[in-house]
Amino acid sequence: MPQIFVENLEKRFRVAERKAGLWGAVRGLVHRRYREVEALHEVSFSIEQGELVGYIGPNGAGKSTTIKILSGILVPSGGRCEVNGLIPWENRIKHVAHIGVVFGQRTQLWWDLPVIESFELLRDIYRVSPADFTRTSDELIELLELSPLLDVPVRQLSLGQRMRCDLAASLIHQPDILFLDEPTIGLDAVAKLAMRSFVQRQNKERGTTVLLTTHDMDDIEALCTRLLLINHGTLLMDGTVKDLRSDERRVLVDFEGVPQLSAEHASFARERNGSRVIFRVRGRVPEFIADITAHYSVHDLMVEHPPIEETVAELYRKSVR
Amino acid sequence: MNAISKSLWHAYLAVAVTRFKMVLQYRAAAFAGFGTQLFWGFIKVMVFVAFFEATNEVQPMTFSEVLVYIWLGQGLLALLPWNVDAEIANDIRTGGVVYELLRPLDLYSFWFARTLAFRAAPTLLRLTPMLIFAYWVLPLIGFSEWALPLPDSFASGLLFVFSVVATLALSTAFTMVMHVALIWTISGEGFNRMMPGIVPVFAGLIVPLPLFPDWLQPFLYWQPFRGMADVPFRIYSGHIPVDEAFFEIAMQWFWFAVIVVLGYRLLIRARTRLVVQGG
Repeated sequence: MPQIFVENLEKRFRVAERKAGLWGAVRGLVHRRYREVEALHEVSFSIEQGELVGYIGPNGAGKSTTIKILSGILVPSGGRCEVNGLIPWENRIKHVAHIGVVFGQRTQLWWDLPVIESFELLRDIYRVSPADFTRTSDELIELLELSPLLDVPVRQLSLGQRMRCDLAASLIHQPDILFLDEPTIGLDAVAKLAMRSFVQRQNKERGTTVLLTTHDMDDIEALCTRLLLINHGTLLMDGTVKDLRSDERRVLVDFEGVPQLSAEHASFARERNGSRVIFRVRGRVPEFIADITAHYSVHDLMVEHPPIEETVAELYRKSVR
Repeated sequence: MNAISKSLWHAYLAVAVTRFKMVLQYRAAAFAGFGTQLFWGFIKVMVFVAFFEATNEVQPMTFSEVLVYIWLGQGLLALLPWNVDAEIANDIRTGGVVYELLRPLDLYSFWFARTLAFRAAPTLLRLTPMLIFAYWVLPLIGFSEWALPLPDSFASGLLFVFSVVATLALSTAFTMVMHVALIWTISGEGFNRMMPGIVPVFAGLIVPLPLFPDWLQPFLYWQPFRGMADVPFRIYSGHIPVDEAFFEIAMQWFWFAVIVVLGYRLLIRARTRLVVQGG
């Protein structure tokens, strides 16, 4: 049995709606109309212990809903789900003792308390023994460089500082599984890198299973061995970052002067900007480059993957209902 | 108590203590509250001075019993369930309640611990100066006739303490019903405007309950708010004699149990419809 097992998961919300304007508001008082929103539709996947899985999809795709079901907060409308052999929403209290969750958009720390007091309160809530707490918190404080922040009330922290503290807070009880919902949202480059290397280390050295949602493809490329892609509540892809890449390459060529491309070569050109031309080539890239350099005088040349964002955006667009 | 339930108890205690410390930070509000309550205390005393001077009949309460009622009422005002915890209201409104559900604790008990601290901390901040003022300072500045008398007897004083503990539990349980209802109403404004008009009247803080007309007495007797002010105050003054006090305290706990069950069942219903925002 995999550590996280999800089969045909369904979640429908009932959303109250009213027509715009004053008349709509008045009618809403008397007669409420509800609309069913399908947040998840037949979502199935399983995750083994120690995996680091990226969960991506556009806003409103159902990522957070999945995480909330997996962590026992929401009850699904249908389907099966087991985490560590427990049904999350039926055994919520037992289940949550073994998971750590960070919602990037809101903090789990107590706003008016110094950071260390939040940690201590979590120690008591999760009933962590003093010895374990000292060991874990010392390690987290060192790795995430929290010592200058410990006595600062949470409301005075910057977003990057707060996120580091939040990450530490989610690990005080040494969970086997870590759910990260947009942990890098709004962070600057340095903070993002720190976050990534920490998550990676936690996964490698402790074997913590990590499921992380993000909009940042660099997060995915840097961290994840596996990728789940969801849109409109339906799982579109379950594979590796490699699978997402086609054999298409971008060939960036700086010519000596503005080139007169032959019709055949011009058909590969996607963007032209003076002496620079960007070609899109599928397979046979070495032959193409040899051909170009044989026919034109080339100043510089670069081959790269198409940006993963474009590939993903393409998949999102294709999945329009 | 085995080790697990002991540490579980410790977890709830830690939640309460933390919240308690946080509320204690609002010292300015407590001092302002103390000033206001002192002012109203004087006005109430003057009203009753006039009342007792204007009547020749024997009233259901003596002036000294009314004094106890007024000063304890001013000191314990913050204990009444007349408002909701802005922090919990905010957690519900913004969806921060998700983190509460991520803790290995029973949600009702978790909130109860927080609510207990929310009720107890401001009360403690106000009660202490009010008791000192009403008992020590008033005689010093020439108002000895208006000062707070001592408890009727040592037993009355002791039972008063037990009764106030029950009041705290009862009031917390009632506040919990409001907190759970917030899951439906989202905004706490309704409660914060409505409850100050209702609770103090039925608790006896506007007019002591024994002074209401006789035909209202059965109704006033069978309602939970009485246990939030009237009962402990009258135990203190001996208006409720010691032998009846045990029964009255038991009644407070009876109402506590009823309201806890109500709040708990309401929370179970709320839980099934809880759609955390930002899903």
